Formats: sequence, C-alpha cells, structure tokens
Amino acid sequence: MNQVLDIVTSKKLTYEQKVMSLAHAAEDTLSILSIPEKTRYYFEINAIDDLYEGHAPYRPRYIMPDYEKFIKNGSGFLQIDPPKDLDELLNSLMILYKHVPSITGFPVFLGNIDKLIEPFLDGVSDEMAKKKLRLFLNYLDRTITDSFCHANIGPEATRAGKLILELEKELQNAVPNFTLKYDPDITPDEYAELGIYTSLFCANPAFCNHKVHKKTYSTDYGISSCYNILPICGGAYTLSRITLPGLAKVATSAEQFLNELLPDCLEALGNYMNERISFLVEQSGFFESSFLVKEGFIHPDNFIGMLGITGLAECANILMGQNGKRYGHDVDADNLADQIMTIISNFAVQFPAKYSKIANGHFMLHAQVGMDYDLGITSGVRIPVGDELENIYDHLRHSARFHREITTGCGDIFPFETTGRNNPSAILDIVKGSFSLGSKYISFYEENSDLVRITGYLVKRSEMEKYRNNQVVLHDTTHLGAPNYEHNHLKDRKVRGV
Amino acid sequence: MTRAPINKIIPLSLVDGPGNRTSIFLQGCNLACAYCHNPETQRLCNHCGICVSGCPSGALTIAGGRVNWDPEVCISCDQCITVCPSFASPRVRNMTPDEVFREVQKNIPFIRGITVSGGECTLYPNFIKELFAKAREQGLTCLIDSNGTTDFSRFPEMMELCQGVMLDVKAWDEQTYQKLTGGPTNSVVKKNLKYLADCNKLEELRIVCLQEEVDAEAVISGIAETIGEKVTSVKLKLIKFRHYGVKGRLQNTPSPDEVYIQKLLQLACGFGFKKAVIV
Ligand code: SF4
Ligand code: SF4
Repeated sequence: MNQVLDIVTSKKLTYEQKVMSLAHAAEDTLSILSIPEKTRYYFEINAIDDLYEGHAPYRPRYIMPDYEKFIKNGSGFLQIDPPKDLDELLNSLMILYKHVPSITGFPVFLGNIDKLIEPFLDGVSDEMAKKKLRLFLNYLDRTITDSFCHANIGPEATRAGKLILELEKELQNAVPNFTLKYDPDITPDEYAELGIYTSLFCANPAFCNHKVHKKTYSTDYGISSCYNILPICGGAYTLSRITLPGLAKVATSAEQFLNELLPDCLEALGNYMNERISFLVEQSGFFESSFLVKEGFIHPDNFIGMLGITGLAECANILMGQNGKRYGHDVDADNLADQIMTIISNFAVQFPAKYSKIANGHFMLHAQVGMDYDLGITSGVRIPVGDELENIYDHLRHSARFHREITTGCGDIFPFETTGRNNPSAILDIVKGSFSLGSKYISFYEENSDLVRITGYLVKRSEMEKYRNNQVVLHDTTHLGAPNYEHNHLKDRKVRGV
Repeated sequence: MTRAPINKIIPLSLVDGPGNRTSIFLQGCNLACAYCHNPETQRLCNHCGICVSGCPSGALTIAGGRVNWDPEVCISCDQCITVCPSFASPRVRNMTPDEVFREVQKNIPFIRGITVSGGECTLYPNFIKELFAKAREQGLTCLIDSNGTTDFSRFPEMMELCQGVMLDVKAWDEQTYQKLTGGPTNSVVKKNLKYLADCNKLEELRIVCLQEEVDAEAVISGIAETIGEKVTSVKLKLIKFRHYGVKGRLQNTPSPDEVYIQKLLQLACGFGFKKAVIV
C-alpha cells in the first residue's frame, strides 16, 4: 500500500489529482479480468499495454454524448430544461460536462461546439458573445484540468467558430483542444486560414480531414481526447495497444515476426480487449445506471474498441537489423512497415469484437500516440523526432501512406517558423495537398509557442518548467507532458518554413 | 535548348507570393544594390578557385580551370559564398526549363504556384517563358519577382503566361537610385510600374526602407501617382532593412527604427494604400 501512501502524501499533486489517483489505485487492487498466461507474457515484454485503463473498467474510456439532443430535450436527471438563450445554453453545457465520465475523469469530448452555440447568437453582439464565451472557455480550462479534452468546429464557417478562434488566440488555454473539421469543398479558405493563423499563436485548432472521416461511421463523428475519431452518441469502450518495438525485440527474424509473433500477439490483444468490454458491458452496471444512456445521449450500439498501434518506426528499424535501413528513409524499411500494417489491418477486419455494432463487430485501428513512460518509442506511425524527412512534402507523402489503414485517429504535428503567421494561405495549401493524398490529421504550432503539442494534447512549456521544479500545477497532463517532452526530445522537432 | 544558371530552388516558400510556392532563384543580376541580402546571387562565377580550399566537406573541386560543386557532398555551410570576392557562388547549376520543372513537379499537390526570383530573373526571359508554359499546363500560378529593369512590354509571350509581378521599387529620385543600385536609370522601372498596373499584373510592390539611402517617401507618393486607383488593391510591402547577409558599405548599418517605419506606413495609408504592411 506504499503507492497509496505516496499519493496521499504527495506534494506535487493537487487535491483533485490525489482523489483520481486514489480511485485508480483502488481499482487496480482488483483482478477480475481473466488474463491468460500468454497475454501476461506479452504485457511483461511490453508488447501489449492497457494504457493505465484500470483493472476493472466501470465506464467507457471515451464518451461522445449527443449534445444536440441534450440541447433539444434538456435532461430529466439533471433537471435541466432545453436552453432558450446563450446564458442558459452555456450553463447547461457546463453542468452536463461535469457528468460525462471518461478514463481521465473528465469529459474528453465537448461537442461540435460552434454548431451548439451558433443558434443562440442571434441578436447577441460580438462583444457580448465574446464576454460570455470567454467566461465559458476559461471555466473549461480551469475545471477540466486534463488536456485530453476536445471540442470540434467546422467544417462550415460559423460566427460562433470565428469568435471562439479569436478568443483562443487571446486566452492561450491548454484545454480544450480544438479541431477544425476541414473540407476544402465546404470550409471557406478565409475561415481555414483564420484557423491556421490562430494555431500559430496557441497551437489550436488542429485540422482533420473531414472528407475522409465523415465516412467512418453511419452516424456523425467527433474528435475526442488525443485525436480519436469516434461515433457521436457513443464512444470507445477501450483503447489497448500493441507496442510494436516491444514485440520486435523478441523476434528471431522479420519473417518470424510477421508470420508468427505479430498474429499471435494480436490475437492475445483482441481477446484481452473483448475481456475488458465484456466486463464493462455485462458486469460494471454502467449501461444500466447512467442517465446518459437512459436519456439517449449515448447508446451501447455506438461504442467501439480501439486497437492502438505505436512505435511502427522503431519496430521496422529493429527488424531491419544490422543493415541500418530506416523507417521513412529507405524503401525496404517502409515496405516492411507496410506489411506490418496490412497484417494488423487484416486482423482487425476479421477478428470478432464484442458489442461493437457500429463497427460491424470489429475493432478499429488507432495510432496511439504514446505514454509518458515510453522511451524511444515513437507515436503511432510517425517518423521519430530528429529523424524527420528534410522535405515536408516527402514527410507528408509518407504520412498519407501510413495513415491509410488507421480509421480512428492518426496525425502529424509540425512546428512552424514565426513567419508562417504572415501567410496562413501557404500552410493551408500544404494541408490541402496532404489531405488530397489521404493524410488524415495535421496540426501546427509556432516555434516559440508556450503551448506545445506533446503527442496530441497541449501543455504549456512554462507549466512543465514549474512541474520540473516540483511545483503543483493545475493540469494533470503536465505530469505526462514534462517527461514525454524530454524523453522524446520534442524540443528538437524539425521546425518547418522558409 | 535554353538554359539558365539556377542558384537554388526552394520547395516551400511562405514569402514569395500568395499561398505556398516553389521559388526558383536565378543567378546573376544587372544591379548591385548596397543593401542586397543575397549578394552571392549577383554575378556568375569566374572560376578563380578562391573558395575551393575552404570548403569543409570537399564538395568543391577544381579541374581544367573550372570549379565544380557536388550537391551530394555539400553541407550548405555557406563558407564558399562568404569568401567569394566576386559576389558569386560555386553552387549554381545550369539547367533547362525541363530540368527545373522536374524538381517543381515533386512539390505538387502541396504548392499553388511558382515564383521566379534571383538575382534578376528577367535577364532570362526565354527560360522563364518555357518554364511558365510547363507550370501553367499543370495548373500552377506563375509569378515573377523582379527589380523592374527589363521592359516587360517587350516580352509579350512571357507576360501572357505570367500572372503577376512582384516589383521592387528601390528609389524614386534617379541619383538616389544610381547610388543605391549602381544601375544607370530607374526610368524603365517607372515605365513597368505603369504597364503592370494597366494590365493588372502588379502582384506586389516592395520598398526596402532605410533612411538616407532610400527615398521611401518619394517612392510611396511616386507609385501612388503612377498607378492611380490601383493603390487600393495592390499589396505594398515596406521591408525594414536588415544587415543580415549584406556585404559592403551597409553591412553594419542598423535597421531603421519603428517610429520611422510606422511613419511610412501612415504615409502609405494616406495615399490610399489599403494593403500596406511592414515586414
Ligand atoms: S556551402 Fe560551399 S563551402 Fe560549404 S560545403 Fe557547400 S560547397 Fe562547401
Ligand atoms: S564562387 Fe567565387 S570564389 Fe568561388 S570560384 Fe567562383 S568566383 Fe571564385
């Protein structure tokens, strides 16, 4: 019970962070999931990872409430009538957010926020709207103290979206992440350029390839947490990952990896995920008790299991062995990586996932971006920091190729020179080009920005500095970001521009 | 086959026109501006060999009285252009429009267009014409960045393909111009200004601002008089002089202060410029 005492007596955690950590520790005293010997082995060699999701899942990892429905109907459980004006809307949302669970203890998805707000702006001046929205946004940043939280805007230009972008630039908040669903046929250039311009001040919003993602589900999709593309009115039960370098390390040859190890490990991971989902659906009581289900804000049919992949780069490099060929730089390494992706993708297509109706009874692939303890393991299918391709176009072509198989979230991050602010249309051209090739998600920040993207979430450099000096910090993601920033040399990310 | 000396091709340029563009820098210039920030593009290499021994990577060799450059080995340290006494560079490739376009093509679909710059690119009008013809076929927009000393109206085919010119107006008074650029006259620049405004191909105007060297006030008013109502639609860049890269008498000169540059911006606004910016 030392861990519990450590939490209780920590001088680096806020009260709230302690309570969460204690809940986690309590959950982990249980061992109700049946985990076969072989699966345990894969856990031990760090080939399978449950990403701290806990030993007894009692809520889905990510929940994507149907906020439109909430606004239309209000909530009986929360005793909220449908809002009639902007004040009532923002207040209602603030109340509901508090009751949307997730793995982080905070809501990971705040809705298509511009669409929610837009109808309530009629007759409200810009100045008045900004005042109210400023309070709302600051409330979110200061109470949702975890950056794995996402709000969406677009693809249509809205007044609400524009006001939010202007405010974000001013406020420099880490929470929530914003993603602009971008479709060049729908989103006006001027609006997208405002998005890019804003991101070169506050690292928000990121850009999501709407044309590609809108086909993912039979329902509308949302972007949650750290780039998860999930069905609205549902979410993700779980995200467990295969840590490819861990598995590659025990391979005797590339052939053995491809033909034996990888399929075997995927099978173990698939069964493990089904085990988690079964407990959550059949025993945890979540779906029977949550008012979100009862009032139709989420539906069990709309949840999926995400199979995470990480460290494709290092895996390919390990399997290339002594010849020194590298992922991203050599055809052979890339072809091998492609083979790995194909095997994983084929596995997902045929392996039966429990209770996953909206995914046609299968798991869906996600480029998992990494954990604070990952050392020398690059996010998802990215090219490692420090090894980026000199030419950003080559880099983006490579991304487009490896984003292909990944349906529930996969993206790239590029720091840009400050001069990019003078010509957002140039960066928009790059986004257009990469999306036309099939790249799925892209984000930018300015080279000297206080707000930086770690793997997908935002952290302030100034806050990381405080944390390193043993000070208490508001956002728990700073705890994850600080070591990750160092381990993965994120300050060395190649800055783009001319 | 037309060939032109290419100093470099930048696949991604945020600063050479609207959107993302590939910029092609041609070697050689007919002026020698005191404030030039890439003086190594001014002249063609005379193969004197001075730069060869200082190259740390062995990218430069001399054979048969010619200096050769190996791009595979070069580490872009810029040592050679720093020591070159002739305002030249050994890293210049003589390329055909086809060869250049093959490099440009790799950047599609990420770019909106190309910009030819320099040096002074209009010293090679046939090359530009052929390159632009290829680029236009692929739907790329084609811009020229020029000091305006070539009479554009003499090259109708090139101008037909060119969608806009970014014109440097270096000085208005002829003596000021001569002292700054070493060029004989700015009358062609003024003629071009009118011509480009009339045919709607004035993409952008640039003034590098530095007190005592550049009569920026006169340039602003002169432009306004010449282009008339176009002042409202043409982008005017007031570029603060920076000594970075400069060789010669201005190499240690400080940038103009903010007050001066703001005054110029005010002046431009007063003359009706709607798209004047300081960079
Ligand atoms: S920049 Fe010039 S000196 Fe430096 S490596 Fe290249 S050729 Fe040699
Ligand atoms: S680049 Fe300059 S120094 Fe080098 S050989 Fe040519 S003229 Fe001489």
